[in-house]
Amino acid sequence: MRHTISVLVENKFGVLSRISGLFSGRGYNIESLSVNETIDPQISIMTIVTSGDDWIVEQITKQLNKLIDVIKVVDMTELDHVEREMVLIKVSPRQEDKAEVLRLAEIFRGRVVDSSQKTYTIEITGEEKKIEAIVELLKPMGIKEFVRTGKIAIAREGIKKA
Amino acid sequence: MKISGAEIFIESLKKEGVQHMFGYPGGVVLNIFDKLHDEKGLELILTRHEQGAVHAADGYARATGKPGVVLVTSGPGATNTVTGIATAYMDSIPMVIFTGQVPTLLIGNDAFQEADIVGITRPCTKHNFLVKNVEDLAGVIKEAFYIAMAGRPGPVLIDLPKDVTTHKAEFVYPEDVKLRSYNPTYDGNKYMIKQAAQMVARAKKPVIVAGGGVILSGASKELKEFAEYADVPVTMTMMGLGGFPGSHKLSLGMLGMHGTYYANKSIQEADLLIAIGMRFDDRVTGKIDAFAPHAKIIHIDIDPTSIRKNVRVDTPIVGDVKNVLTVLNKVMKEEVKDQWVEVRKAWTKQLDAWRRERPMTYDRESDMIKPQYVVEKIYELTKGDAIITTEVGQNQMWAAQFFKYDKPRTWLSSGGLGTMGYGLPAAIGAQLAFPNKLVIDIAGDGSIQMNIQELATAVINKLPVKVAILNNRFLGMVRQWQELFFEERYSHTKLDDVVPDFVKLAEAYNAVGLRATKKSEVEAVLKEAFSIKRPVFMDFVTDWQEKVYPMVPAGAAIDNMLFYEEKKKVEKKLKAVK
Ligand SMILES: Cc1ncc(C[n+]2csc(CCOP(=O)(O)OP(=O)(O)O)c2C)c(N)n1
Ligand SMILES: [Mg+2]
Repeated sequence: MRHTISVLVENKFGVLSRISGLFSGRGYNIESLSVNETIDPQISIMTIVTSGDDWIVEQITKQLNKLIDVIKVVDMTELDHVEREMVLIKVSPRQEDKAEVLRLAEIFRGRVVDSSQKTYTIEITGEEKKIEAIVELLKPMGIKEFVRTGKIAIAREGIKKA
Repeated sequence: MKISGAEIFIESLKKEGVQHMFGYPGGVVLNIFDKLHDEKGLELILTRHEQGAVHAADGYARATGKPGVVLVTSGPGATNTVTGIATAYMDSIPMVIFTGQVPTLLIGNDAFQEADIVGITRPCTKHNFLVKNVEDLAGVIKEAFYIAMAGRPGPVLIDLPKDVTTHKAEFVYPEDVKLRSYNPTYDGNKYMIKQAAQMVARAKKPVIVAGGGVILSGASKELKEFAEYADVPVTMTMMGLGGFPGSHKLSLGMLGMHGTYYANKSIQEADLLIAIGMRFDDRVTGKIDAFAPHAKIIHIDIDPTSIRKNVRVDTPIVGDVKNVLTVLNKVMKEEVKDQWVEVRKAWTKQLDAWRRERPMTYDRESDMIKPQYVVEKIYELTKGDAIITTEVGQNQMWAAQFFKYDKPRTWLSSGGLGTMGYGLPAAIGAQLAFPNKLVIDIAGDGSIQMNIQELATAVINKLPVKVAILNNRFLGMVRQWQELFFEERYSHTKLDDVVPDFVKLAEAYNAVGLRATKKSEVEAVLKEAFSIKRPVFMDFVTDWQEKVYPMVPAGAAIDNMLFYEEKKKVEKKLKAVK
């Protein structure tokens, strides 16, 4: 099963290679990874998507916790949470498909962030399924370039009934 | 007043109470070595190879419980430490290794003698640092010593660029360390401990498996108290030897691939395993699915990643072994009392029957020098009062099987990595820490040649280590596998009958060389060696065909053992296992 793991780390030189080295050294795979500073510039947050049975994921979280620079590890999959990723897709549609491309972008609440005589570049944010769907729909229109961020995730706060 | 990085280095080590370190100089660490020249309180032992320095520091650490300290230069000096660091890492030995580095401005330029040692050692250190500013140096050293010793211990490396050793800063050594990202759990969960106590009380066939964690946490006394009070037999992993007295009536000796029949049998029949400070290495468990099939498992370890890594665990207790056992002993005495006296009787009887059925043995009638005989004689003559280090291979296994370790920190051997060449430098480190103790490296003729240059270190520093070479003229352990599993095809395992001549070699180093070629000479050689206050090489020309038994073939269940008594049957049995 896939797990999205949030790892809070000291924002220090070499931390990323400690984490990626842990995964490669122990034969765990990283499906996606995103890293950035938090509000506190001394701390970075990494969101790692990995897969494995419960046994493996338990080991992964324990091994991450064991690294000296790791402050906190949360398996988001166990919590109610919001996940997002973003893609930038450059399409070069035939003349007759141009309108359809723009229509699709709109349906998926995408934005055209760049255009030329031959291309549109569309930005789309959302959950994985949504991104996969638009990619499928745009494929026949001619995708020229495609970049995708790693997943980021945040836990939802519970709402108390009034 | 501002002082240089080199001076900060020295002052910091003094604050850590370091008296001895091991090392080897070179260009980028010259500033530090220059400061060491007049230094009285801090002695550096010059080894003859950086690997030797790290193993010596490791031996020092294992013998004393204090962190070993190493100082070497950049590039080849640094890369030469890697095997030693990996050895310490696998066995959780606290150590701080300082490597010189090219000046900060040159880092990344492929400068002369530059190696990315922080990158290279990332997977084999507990943590490592590159110090870029002299202002950070004292704080980093404080953190490094703390990390090396805290929780599950391990080696920590500090890479010191040359300019950091010359730049100046105010010296303020931090009082203590607080890392928000590293807080090991020392106290076990009380509820789990109570549950464990109940399980021990109810068990009909319990066994304790003690590992290196018992020694690292200094819990031998608590373990003995627990085992005796609850009347539970104890088997030890190789790393655990000495954690519980080997001569105790509850001791089952070592378990695993070359464990005793009765230890392995007890595991397979047990209804409860109490695993203490051990990590279920494959050399211990054999075929994992067939390991301890009837047992519930209580696992006490300070490292959460050790728990449920290889085997299922019913009652995990994360914490320092000593702390947990202290509480467990209290709970046992106050809450469960001795309700097990009757049930244990049957179990004890069964264990005694296994002990009688297949005791540890070898061909005692043989005229040849049997390596086990040498080890037994060493035990007899020293009455067990010695620090034993080993090399790797058959020598190591015989040293584990035929010497009874009654005290912790008297058995120093590379377990996890199995590093040939460990024993001599480790003996030097232990001898430096305990000048009046008898320190003996039980060695193989192959392994001893991997760090033989350290004989010079022993001679020059007047460290009277004794090296007992069980000379079978073979890479014996590998040969044993070739004999058993590769139709006696001895591909590249034959060494040589006369090269080197270990006696002459010892003499060339200004040490003493002795040789025994007959069984009748063994005792005299040992007695003479032990009476000489200088380093001695003893060359015991042993029966090359001797094998380590019992043996569990790799991948077989641990009660699927081959025995010395049935050499002829072994082959048949092997086929069945294959
Ligand atoms: C550095 C290193 N290289 C290779 C090995 C593989 N190995 C394990 S035991 C052994 C043979 C050791 O020979 P020797 O020191 O003569 O010991 P013996 O088994 O003969 O007692 C070898 C080559 C090892 N453990 N370490
Ligand atoms: Mg040999």
